[in-house]
Amino acid sequence: MIPLSHVIIFSLVIFFIGVVGALSRRNVFIVLMSIELMLNAVNIALIGISSAVGNLIGQVLAIFIICVAAGEAAVGMAIVVALYRNRFTVNVDAFNLMKW
Amino acid sequence: MSWAQLFFYVFAILAVIMALMVITRRKAVHSAIFLILAFICFAATYVIMNAELLAAIQVLVYAGGVVGLIIFVIMLVGAEEGEVKQTHGQWLIAGFVALLLVVEVAFILLGTLFRPTGALASKMVPAGGNTEALGVVLYTKYLFPFEVASVLLLAAMIGAIVLAKYKLKR
Repeated sequence: MIPLSHVIIFSLVIFFIGVVGALSRRNVFIVLMSIELMLNAVNIALIGISSAVGNLIGQVLAIFIICVAAGEAAVGMAIVVALYRNRFTVNVDAFNLMKW
Repeated sequence: MSWAQLFFYVFAILAVIMALMVITRRKAVHSAIFLILAFICFAATYVIMNAELLAAIQVLVYAGGVVGLIIFVIMLVGAEEGEVKQTHGQWLIAGFVALLLVVEVAFILLGTLFRPTGALASKMVPAGGNTEALGVVLYTKYLFPFEVASVLLLAAMIGAIVLAKYKLKR
């Protein structure tokens, strides 16, 4: 029997890694990959809770999160392509048009 | 310690190592490869947590679709710049903020108030299997969110095409 708290701790560690990657890396692709890691951490927690509670609602929510993550990846990649056409770089420090 | 338990911890540790490799590699392509491995490890833990359909979706959609898209765009824009510095100056602040966030969430989850008690069900097989049970729930009780999700995917598809097609005015 795997205790639920271990699943939650696993999910938290993955979320922590995702937050650090999204906040500290300069390459926009790795920032997007870190966001995918964070979404997956939420999925792990939902599935673990679903298994511990004994119904399927957590798994249904996880399916919707996967759906949103797929849309986010498509739109994010389109934004990266549009940004690269204008700035010719993937460094997030160069995307400072709205910075004051 | 049963086999399921052993494999859960093995795959969890492997997934954490792969996730660390994702955010520490210099080249984005290497990060993407490690991201595929991390997603496969996540899928293995989903199987142990009695979510077989989600494990299959994880491999198909994430490891196949999302990371494939990311690698395709990396190839398209030629993203490797060979820059010397991979992190910007705020990585210490980032680590501190992330640590604060995790401590806060861990305090809420593992504290006395919302402590997650209980354990994973060792076997949770509904009649007809995980896929049929999930399909029945998804297409009856959660039909409206399902339709909203399909509209969201349509909007994302159109938005991605429009964003990537037209050249923005500088």
